[in-house]
Amino acid sequence: MAYSKELLTSAYYTMTTIRQFEERMIKEFMAGNIPGFVHTYDGQEAVGVGVCSHLSDDDIIGSTHRGHGHCIAKGCDIELMILEIMGKAEGLCKGKGGSMHIADIDKGMLGANAIVGGGPPLCNGAALSMKTLGKPHVAVSFSGDGSSNQGTVMESLNLAGVLDLPHFFVFENNHLAEGTGDEYAVAGDIAERVRAFGIPCDKVDGTDFFAVYEAAKKAIKHCRSGKGPYGIEADVLRFDGHFIGDPQAYRGEGELDDLRANRDCLKIYRERVTGEGWMDTSALDKLDEDAAAAIEKGVQRGLAAAQPAMEELYSDVYCSY
Amino acid sequence: MSQADAAAPANAHPNKTFREAINEALHQEMERDSTVIVMGEEVAGGAGCKGSDEAYGGVFGLTKGLGPRFGRERVIDTPITESAIIGAAAGAANTGLRPIAELMFVDFIGVCFDQIFNQAAKFRYMFGGKARTPMVIRATAGAGLRAAAQHSSMLHPVLTHIPGLKVVMPSNAYDAKGLIISAIRDDDPVVFIEHKLLYETSCPVPDEAYTIPFGEAAFAREGSDATIVAMGAMVPRAIAVADKLAAEGIHCDVIDPRTTSPLDSEAILESVEVSGRLVVVDEANPRCGLAADISSIVAEHAFSALRAPIKCVTAPHTPVPFAPALEDAYMPGEDRIEAAVRAVLGGR
Repeated sequence: MAYSKELLTSAYYTMTTIRQFEERMIKEFMAGNIPGFVHTYDGQEAVGVGVCSHLSDDDIIGSTHRGHGHCIAKGCDIELMILEIMGKAEGLCKGKGGSMHIADIDKGMLGANAIVGGGPPLCNGAALSMKTLGKPHVAVSFSGDGSSNQGTVMESLNLAGVLDLPHFFVFENNHLAEGTGDEYAVAGDIAERVRAFGIPCDKVDGTDFFAVYEAAKKAIKHCRSGKGPYGIEADVLRFDGHFIGDPQAYRGEGELDDLRANRDCLKIYRERVTGEGWMDTSALDKLDEDAAAAIEKGVQRGLAAAQPAMEELYSDVYCSY
Repeated sequence: MSQADAAAPANAHPNKTFREAINEALHQEMERDSTVIVMGEEVAGGAGCKGSDEAYGGVFGLTKGLGPRFGRERVIDTPITESAIIGAAAGAANTGLRPIAELMFVDFIGVCFDQIFNQAAKFRYMFGGKARTPMVIRATAGAGLRAAAQHSSMLHPVLTHIPGLKVVMPSNAYDAKGLIISAIRDDDPVVFIEHKLLYETSCPVPDEAYTIPFGEAAFAREGSDATIVAMGAMVPRAIAVADKLAAEGIHCDVIDPRTTSPLDSEAILESVEVSGRLVVVDEANPRCGLAADISSIVAEHAFSALRAPIKCVTAPHTPVPFAPALEDAYMPGEDRIEAAVRAVLGGR
């Protein structure tokens, strides 16, 4: 077997957790149990999990507004995530961050980021810490096709190249920046942009966990060995709207049905591992059930949990007026 | 500088310029703590060129000597890329370093404001207290060098408005050294504003490292007839006016808040409770500025003590002009400060 049983099991468990987590967040949002804006990651699971499978808590990731999947893949506690997304006192950020600002520094999760293109400059800083302090870790920024158009991302690529930072730039091209397609909004090609800075960048099928896993392995090895930054552009898709409740009027006739039928990374994974004889269907089904039970437990805890105390309004900022 | 320091024998400490005081503090803090790094445009200078390995040491020479002493690994010349500089400093601060990022001119916050106010300033609160962002942004500010609109602004009101940022603005070399050391050791993001006109001013500055706490105003002069609050390069001007009036028997408190966030409003209120008369001097533009803010605090909390309307002496609400005659008129001068003090004193 090319992959260990442990990896195959944990990768699928994490991917199905993300899928079911997002589907449940949609339900809870529609039921009025989640305030604010929520952007789901369902459809892109193979990218976050394929990359984060190579990382430890000492490696740092910087995420996006579509960050739940990255958090789960990096090992954040899903119950504490649910509490955070519901705005409860015991959430990962005491209920003060919400879906778009989940961070878990202890897990090397530097934060979801509600500013498109906000993360890569910060990941350069994390990579600079690693380089300066002589640690063999890597910083990974997740960006979309949308943020590939932000100046901050171009500046970050340049500075990472200038300073030879151990920064792995992961571009998840889901072909939609809100409701605008990359064919319209991205002049040229994302991977070519990265290469223009002298940074190697590979294109990968983002619906194929194993393709992402192998590409990330190569990239992270490059970064850890002091050779400077590396990039990948993953061709991927999202199954839901830009935000929960998005009517997705930008989708073509039958587009979503086609994507779900033919480009579902979980289905593709199941077909591969059963076809190779690495895992059987009942084992995969069991992992689905385990993930569902964990999410159910978290949701029930979240629904019953307390709101933050009023004093929290004033805490964790150096001074208040 | 407090009254006690001003009264100390002139030879107690060597005279140093504002620039030398900050440079000395940077050397001492980098020596003390290997996680302190300096990054920015031309902080050493000459990277990728054939000439000197320290072509600048900062465009105003503030970081001179750091590169040769601590090496380019800790004194990092960056491209002209403000968002990437501030972002890298913030991310490095979250992960074990204490970066000092130089923003050559404070006007350039325009190109990196997201990384300051949406990122660095919000991390601690937004992430439920888990993130620390011990970074300093050093920036040159202010008019007076004929540098015109895009290199002369005073933007401390914009920065003071942002919860999560600390904003420091020393007015003399002694305070500059103590405050920059406090800023480096602070666990919150600090914006440290250096007025160009102060770089070559000097006063006695101890050789050893020392800290000055944030949120504690200094009384540059003391007197019960009127209260003058002034910041940055306006402090020497306010002192000159106070000294002139003192010769006539009019004695003023000259309060230098030293940090605009946190602001020592208590010191201001206590002074106004005694004097009943307030002049606020600030080089920033007037609308939603520090002078307006301090006036509002006094009007809200010490209204009954006021014996005359508050006077604000600020720049006009315009960009900084280039023509020397216009720029001189733009900056609050001693004549305008003196007229304001006489006005609150009822024309004395």
